[in-house]
Amino acid sequence: MKGIIGKKIGMTSIFGTDGKQTACTIIEAGPCTVTQVKTADTDGYTSTQIAYGDKKEKNSTKAEINHFAKANTTAKRVVKEFRDYSLNKSLGDTITVDIFTEGESVEVVGTTKGKGFQGVVKRHGFHGVGEASHGQHDRQRAPGSVGGSSYPSRVFKGMRMAGRMGQDRVKVKGLKIVKIFPEKNYLLISGSVPGHNGSIVLIQK
Amino acid sequence: MNAVAYVHEQLTVNKEVPKFKAGDNVTVNYKIIEGNKERIQSFKGDVIKRQGQGATATFTVRKISDGVGVERLFPVNSPNIESIVLHKVGKVNRAKLFYLRERSGKSARIKEKRY
Repeated sequence: MKGIIGKKIGMTSIFGTDGKQTACTIIEAGPCTVTQVKTADTDGYTSTQIAYGDKKEKNSTKAEINHFAKANTTAKRVVKEFRDYSLNKSLGDTITVDIFTEGESVEVVGTTKGKGFQGVVKRHGFHGVGEASHGQHDRQRAPGSVGGSSYPSRVFKGMRMAGRMGQDRVKVKGLKIVKIFPEKNYLLISGSVPGHNGSIVLIQK
Repeated sequence: MNAVAYVHEQLTVNKEVPKFKAGDNVTVNYKIIEGNKERIQSFKGDVIKRQGQGATATFTVRKISDGVGVERLFPVNSPNIESIVLHKVGKVNRAKLFYLRERSGKSARIKEKRY
């Protein structure tokens, strides 16, 4: 696996050589610093810890500052770990958008926008109960029956109901890197990625 | 400069497009690719909407073809647009001329702007 931490900037669209318009997301990715390399001998598994985004020293704990000092860098805002990092990076190395090539297929991990408390129609795609007329009243977005009265006479666990929606960690697969701007650390990725503008996303392969 | 504007600047090819707005009469010459042949087709009508900004900006052209209203939406920066010709500048009081859809004949005309 290889990957980088980034920030979703916003969306736009570009025109291909055939004149077709493609929706794209701009992501400011990296530069990230390798802050720890875990090996099977010392930690029981292999992974690479990378950090992104500066943080003020007064907002960091001493534990953080000293951990980052080992990698010869200042305190960072976001720290993520990638299992079995395929690129050979050692402590203190910098990871930039150069690890990707244009046209490469990637996965993007992010946290979706929170939707608040939502009903079953929006949250689970139910169709509501019945029609508007024929004596029905206030049932258009209702969930319907959740458990029969004689059997099973209870509500099964995991029954889909209304509740908090969104703010889930989601991985979107099969996105393409359309363009790379190394001078600005921007990645242009086809399609949409989860989360608000400004939210943290992981771009990995 | 914000990121979206920066990406626009890097990727859009600046073309000479006449300044036009809703109410103007224009001809859009656009490329049609059939198999491996390419030809130019034109669409003449009134601009009833301009929308968006930067690379995603579009405009809608409406014309009456054989008594049937036809609308086409074009991205302003599309590479398939060969040229846009401005014929008449219209005198209108709105930025979006959707009211033209309910009108026909004389009342559906747009007056030309006189300076």
